[in-house]
Amino acid sequence: MTLEDVLSQRPARAHLDLEPRDLLDAARGLFEAGFHLASVTACEDDDALRVVYLFVDGPPDQRIEVHVRLDARNPEVPSLAAVSFPAGRFEREMADLFGVVALGHPQPRPLVTHQHWPAGWHPMRHEAARAPFDLDAAPFPFNPVEGEGVYEIPVGPVHAGIIEPGHFRFWVVGETIIKMKARLWFTHKGVEKLFEGRDVDEAVPLAERISGDSAVGHSLAFVLAAEDALGVAPSAQAVRERAMLLELERLYNHVGDLGALCNDTAFSLGQARAMTLRETLLRLNDRVTGHRLLRGALALGTTTLRDLPQRDELAGIAERVNDVVALAKANSIVMDRLRGTGVLARADATDIGVLGVVARASGIARDARDAHPFVTTRAYSTVTEETGDVLARFLVREREIAVSLAMIDELLAGGGVTVTLPQSARGTGTGIVEGWRGAITHRVEFDANGRLARVKVVDPSFVTWPALAVALANTIVPDFPLVNKSFNLSYAGNDL
Amino acid sequence: MTSSVGGGVASALQLLWILLAGPLALGLMRKVRSRLEGREGASVLQPLRDLRKLSTKQRTRPTDSTWVFAAAPVVLVASTVVAAAFSPLVTLSALLASRVDFVAILFVLLLGSVSLLLGALDTGTAFAGMGASRAAMVGAMVEPALLVAILAMSLGVGTSNLSRLVGVGVTTSALAGPARILALVSFFIAILAETGRLPVDNPATHLELTMIHEAMVLEYAGPDLALVTLGESARLVLLLGLFANLALPWGIASGTGALALVGGLLAVSIKVGLVAVAVSVFEVTTAKIRLFRIPELLAGAFLLGVLSVISAVALR
Repeated sequence: MTLEDVLSQRPARAHLDLEPRDLLDAARGLFEAGFHLASVTACEDDDALRVVYLFVDGPPDQRIEVHVRLDARNPEVPSLAAVSFPAGRFEREMADLFGVVALGHPQPRPLVTHQHWPAGWHPMRHEAARAPFDLDAAPFPFNPVEGEGVYEIPVGPVHAGIIEPGHFRFWVVGETIIKMKARLWFTHKGVEKLFEGRDVDEAVPLAERISGDSAVGHSLAFVLAAEDALGVAPSAQAVRERAMLLELERLYNHVGDLGALCNDTAFSLGQARAMTLRETLLRLNDRVTGHRLLRGALALGTTTLRDLPQRDELAGIAERVNDVVALAKANSIVMDRLRGTGVLARADATDIGVLGVVARASGIARDARDAHPFVTTRAYSTVTEETGDVLARFLVREREIAVSLAMIDELLAGGGVTVTLPQSARGTGTGIVEGWRGAITHRVEFDANGRLARVKVVDPSFVTWPALAVALANTIVPDFPLVNKSFNLSYAGNDL
Repeated sequence: MTSSVGGGVASALQLLWILLAGPLALGLMRKVRSRLEGREGASVLQPLRDLRKLSTKQRTRPTDSTWVFAAAPVVLVASTVVAAAFSPLVTLSALLASRVDFVAILFVLLLGSVSLLLGALDTGTAFAGMGASRAAMVGAMVEPALLVAILAMSLGVGTSNLSRLVGVGVTTSALAGPARILALVSFFIAILAETGRLPVDNPATHLELTMIHEAMVLEYAGPDLALVTLGESARLVLLLGLFANLALPWGIASGTGALALVGGLLAVSIKVGLVAVAVSVFEVTTAKIRLFRIPELLAGAFLLGVLSVISAVALR
């Protein structure tokens, strides 16, 4: 199939092999046709490096893979950073982990690797042996901001609360943030490397642990990709149960976020109520799967549940969510703190390519449950808000909780139509799932023995993190925690 | 001669009471807050235990800090204790109580705030500096509000002496009326701001970037931190005690007899306890206002004070 065929016929799945020199034009054509870049990854074959670009669009569900083969000794691709911001990020990640050079990249500096990493060492390459690390003593250079009254505030990576590690550098005048830079990848664990050589059963628990709060999102994306690659069709019952688990995960995380947003405005009553409700949901999770964070239920082709939620139980939860939200909305100070704070304009959100709750709060109606569904339900609707501020992200979560509860109710009543996903059954596959943060994409390749040769994981946090700095422009320093919490991005899922 | 000995005893009692009541009030406020949030919460005695623990720990100070940093906690505790000794808390007849006016007491008290602020700047760290600059902003607006509020009350009875101001309230209804109510509201808002309570500052937060007060004292550890906590809680109780006695003057001892002092001690403890509980209840249901709304809030408090002065003059 050629690029012209893809653009005219819009097939559900396609695979293009391109020469490096044709890549930029092809990418332009695909972006103009409305495709998004879901992942970019390098794969090491015996004789060459292969870069795989996954372009997606939907509905209807379309996934186009573009493969570019490179010389393993001198791997160079033309950079797509000029036409796609996320592409630039993926290319920097690939340069660090595989040593693939993106020619003409505007920011040719490390993204994943910190200063103390051995120079020229690319851990994802097959021949990469364990290399000696320096002490993490080298200063991390930031482009300085200078001027009358500019004050620099370094925060983290160790914080006062029990949260994930990230370093934030603020430059402020008075209390107004004029620039913020985040330095992440303190928790890079080599997750993608850990997948290599495992079989599917050994890999699912690892996928559940990529980001602890997205156990279902990541493991489901992985299982779908593996089923695609191996040609395994799950039963309709299993598919429905997966959809329910995904919504249960969304529920407890969204409820927790509503409470956390109350807490960051010091509204402790709202937080206390939300956290007791979250505990109820965690216990429900435990009853359903045997694990409070919903681990252990998914496997290739099947789903194993111990129990199901009761429908009247869901009604009680809905009532308690409404109570918490009503409390917060009735508090004028809380609303004043949320409204107009940390605005991410729709144009910026589109350019950066943000996903999930953050995108929908800025008016972008993108949701993998709509674009790449494995179940369709009547209860589902894409929730969007237009203002792009903290309040919009609060309201998107509130309304998505209602949608999730209605979806679970419908699925429990036997509703929902399962979608038969096309399967390659040729050892490579993709899985796209709308986790509670946003679209999670996994792409897997198996070797001839049925073991994993390469797994590429994309957590929505990876593409959404840069938007935080943009939303902070003209925000005051004490509102940063609130804005950060309203994004609530994963460090573990980003750092991998 | 006897009266000055009695006054000395009363003052000593007051300063001991404030050092004990401070941590206990803190414990009480945390307990009330926990229960309202549906948690069991720590014991009311926990802040006292924390003080004991902190005081046995190793003293660590930032490498580049000077005596300013080291002196700040001592000045905070000392200024609070001095102010407490001369204030009408347990009795109207404490040492020097008849000769010290409210300006002196408030300024001694605010000495502690200023020393903490200087101590924070002395560390040279980003957070402490940020906290100090915010605290200076708040402090610059709290002081006028506090002063105008008490001035309004004193205009009504023609004295600037705090003990006489409280004493008049016990015997007459001269302090009742719109002027007094406006002044008390203004005084209360200023106290919340000065002691770093909601809706101005969140004493329970771990978010460094939102802190005002906590950011300033972030570098203190061990015995220094114990002093800071003791001084701050004592100051909270002193201000709440003054407020309670101005709002509900009944029960305060007028002399320095043993029985009178015991009665006064009970009265002030109950009153401060009630106000502390009220503050906690308020804190659970409110939230922290945006930093740049703090000037609006305190300007409002100041305005109430000015209105109170005007009505006091007009109604005289």
